[in-house]
Amino acid sequence: MSLPVAPKPSPRRFHQAQWDEPIVFELHRSGERGIAVPPVEPGVREAVGDVVAALPAALRRPAPPQLPEIGQMRVLKHYLRLSQETLGSDVNVDIGQGTCTIKYSPKVNDQLIEVPQLRELHPHQSEASVQGALEITWRLEQLMAEISGMHAVTFQSPGGSAGIWTNIAMIRAYHASRGEGEQRDEVITTIFSHPSNAAAAKEAGYKVITIYPDADGYPDLAAMKAALSDRTAAIMVTNPEDTGIYNPAIKEWVDAAHAVGALASYDQANASGILGITRARDAGFDVCQFNLHKTFSAPHGCGGPAAAANAVSEALAPFLPGPRIVRAGDGYTVHGPGPSSIGHVAPGFGVVLHVVRAYAWIMALGAEGLRTASEIAVLNNNYLLHEVTRIPGASAPYATGRRRIEQVRYSWQELFEETGITSEEIGVRMSDFGFHYWTSHHPYVVPQPFTLEPTECYSKAEIDEYVAALAEVARECREEPDVVRTAPHNQTVHHTHHDDLDDPARWAITWRAYRRKYFGETPVDDVAA
Amino acid sequence: MLALVVNPIAGVGGPAGLAGSDGADVQADAAARGGLSRADARASDALRVVAAAHPGATVLTAAGAMGEDAVRRAGLEPRVVFTAAIPTAAVDTTAAVRAVVEAGARLVLFAGGDGTARDVAAALTPPPARPVAALGIPSGVKMYSPVFAISPAAAGGVAAAWLDEPLPVHEQEVLDVDEAQLRRARVEPQLFGMLPVPQRAGRTQARKSPTPAGEHAAVIAAARAATSLFRPGVRYLLGPGGTLAEVGRLLGVATTALGVDVVLDGRVVRTRASERELLDEISRGPAKAVVTVIGGQGFLLGRGNQQLSATVIRALGSDPLIVVAPEQKLVDLHGRPLLVDTGDPEVDASLAGYVRVVTGVGTVSLYPVVAPEAGASTHPDNAEGALHAT
Repeated sequence: MSLPVAPKPSPRRFHQAQWDEPIVFELHRSGERGIAVPPVEPGVREAVGDVVAALPAALRRPAPPQLPEIGQMRVLKHYLRLSQETLGSDVNVDIGQGTCTIKYSPKVNDQLIEVPQLRELHPHQSEASVQGALEITWRLEQLMAEISGMHAVTFQSPGGSAGIWTNIAMIRAYHASRGEGEQRDEVITTIFSHPSNAAAAKEAGYKVITIYPDADGYPDLAAMKAALSDRTAAIMVTNPEDTGIYNPAIKEWVDAAHAVGALASYDQANASGILGITRARDAGFDVCQFNLHKTFSAPHGCGGPAAAANAVSEALAPFLPGPRIVRAGDGYTVHGPGPSSIGHVAPGFGVVLHVVRAYAWIMALGAEGLRTASEIAVLNNNYLLHEVTRIPGASAPYATGRRRIEQVRYSWQELFEETGITSEEIGVRMSDFGFHYWTSHHPYVVPQPFTLEPTECYSKAEIDEYVAALAEVARECREEPDVVRTAPHNQTVHHTHHDDLDDPARWAITWRAYRRKYFGETPVDDVAA
Repeated sequence: MLALVVNPIAGVGGPAGLAGSDGADVQADAAARGGLSRADARASDALRVVAAAHPGATVLTAAGAMGEDAVRRAGLEPRVVFTAAIPTAAVDTTAAVRAVVEAGARLVLFAGGDGTARDVAAALTPPPARPVAALGIPSGVKMYSPVFAISPAAAGGVAAAWLDEPLPVHEQEVLDVDEAQLRRARVEPQLFGMLPVPQRAGRTQARKSPTPAGEHAAVIAAARAATSLFRPGVRYLLGPGGTLAEVGRLLGVATTALGVDVVLDGRVVRTRASERELLDEISRGPAKAVVTVIGGQGFLLGRGNQQLSATVIRALGSDPLIVVAPEQKLVDLHGRPLLVDTGDPEVDASLAGYVRVVTGVGTVSLYPVVAPEAGASTHPDNAEGALHAT
């Protein structure tokens, strides 16, 4: 009997495709071709001559690259199978990727960028032929200035961490311009700020001082003041932090930094909970960055493309990177980096397609809509917090009993102490239900962590579905622990072994490296060379 | 292969209201007061987790209450390689551990407290030819040493994962208190050795940021940063602990893991120095003490490094310390402050506040330091706080 339609159990039954798919290089069949390139027409070769002869010897391959030879349809099947083996955006309830701010990227915005003027945009086109792209970029700069309260904006940074790098590069240039570059060699951050702040500062040559939270989980103001000195170049903080806790003393942090001549840099990669509610400049910050691919809906994941908006105060505007777009009459013109600029941090104007997506998203919502989006993100998160902390064994350390902003770093510590099952094992079992979650940045300050962020995009029903799966796995940990320990059961892949990924002698990020390290093969062209 | 050694009298003094279970007299006293060891039951709690993942696995162990009973109760297969005289004594634990290692054990689970950990460390000193790791199933009264899992089930989880594939190990301190002192409300744990404890490193499916290749790599990074601060002509008083042993290795000098050594211009000028010898060295020129976080409770001074006394700290002047530790040591304090207890309130107060802990080249963490009321924070009732998740 096929009717009436059977009710669906909760949590939903799910099974990922399992294709046992070879690596693309293993699909090689000698002589197969994806595209049969037509032979050169008579007379052409004679007219053109040997096109390769003009290449300098250093640029010539002595042997062709060892690329796999595969027919077109087999290539298509290969990638479709791989796509079926992933838990991707637009498929599952993606609230487990906390701090990543996974939200719906409206498909209509993808249609908007499918015009040749954008798809085929080139950074070296004449100004006259790119007035539309320049106008949208300029307009989004004004919107971001309004959202942050800052004076000037650039989208040149091609990613979130790249944006943080731009922040510290401008701060470094600022102090150097005042003759304090040598003296100010320390940057202060907090353990719950995104680690890219510490990483970028360190890469820029600074000593990094990390502040731990106080007993309530708030950034420790007294510790920060103890760390400040005339050697401090900047504080670089995230707020709300990865815990979802908003630093209520943020103005005092900024003021204390300014009092010793340091600058204040605000990592607003994820500003999903504060749009239209607080502004970086109003708290006194000198520089901040947003990720267009988080808060402003541009798609992300799998390493890109991404885009950051760097916004700065008037004092820091001369240090902005890259070309600047200037409104001139009815049109727009481009000025090269100014004399104080840190120069280029990426080619061209940044990821213009993301600029257009973010512009479309903001214009569709309007000022009121942005604030409403943030309010819903916060409401969703606090509903999720309420539901998750009802699951026996789950908790939300720090600031007990208080509300959070847009995300929460939870802990399975109680469940772990009772069952010995780790958060990572629970996360793997969640994939059997078509979900996943991310644990935490390193180090695991919150024990047995998992970080959830529902954003404004998920409905109550979807949040409930996610929580039901969490509760079911928690029950299994107590009653059927072997089911969790041996998970996944309905998934493509079993377990990854990090030892291989952490050991330079064993990691292999290319096929050549894999053949060399595991089978002692020397690539043909290396031999020839 | 997995092994289990239970100290069947561990923890017997706890329920009986005694501050430990060391010594035959105390054990008899505890038995008279109705004290029961919980080590046996906790060992089988841990092994049940192993049994769920590896049904029917064989466990090397000692006869009867020293492990065999717990293995059977968990539904696993005991292979008895040691039989103790009754009643058991410390020497039995050491002999049992040697026996299971001899029989091929690569991970020794032991149920007990700090006293048991000492006996296990003794059995693994000098280290056997093949590396052997050890992990405590928390069952004792005193557990100052960060060699215990946070719960029996957590210990079982580590053991089950170990049977899938060996985990990286990290040297942790074995601390123990003289219980006679403890019963007189004086707490001065000594450092008795180091144990290689397995670490369950992150096996995340989504790596947004690289984790250090292992805790040992983090220790090396911290130690390297400390050595980069060393200046010519300055005497460095290297305290005990694994991080400072690594400092010695990086300097290419032989230091003692448990004592205080003095290094000057890349040479060891004093080994296992006493307080008097340290004062003598300090009188010869500028000097600094280099210390790490000792044990699970976060002591910088006063535990395991009592040679670095209040008098020594005073003699070092206004900026006496370089504190070095991998970040994980701070994380493992779960928000509790670092502690200094030199016995001199004035010296302790001068060190209280915030200290810069060198965690790597170019990175420090600012962390609170407090001087506890004498003995208060190390009362055995609080010893549970010292347990570490591994």
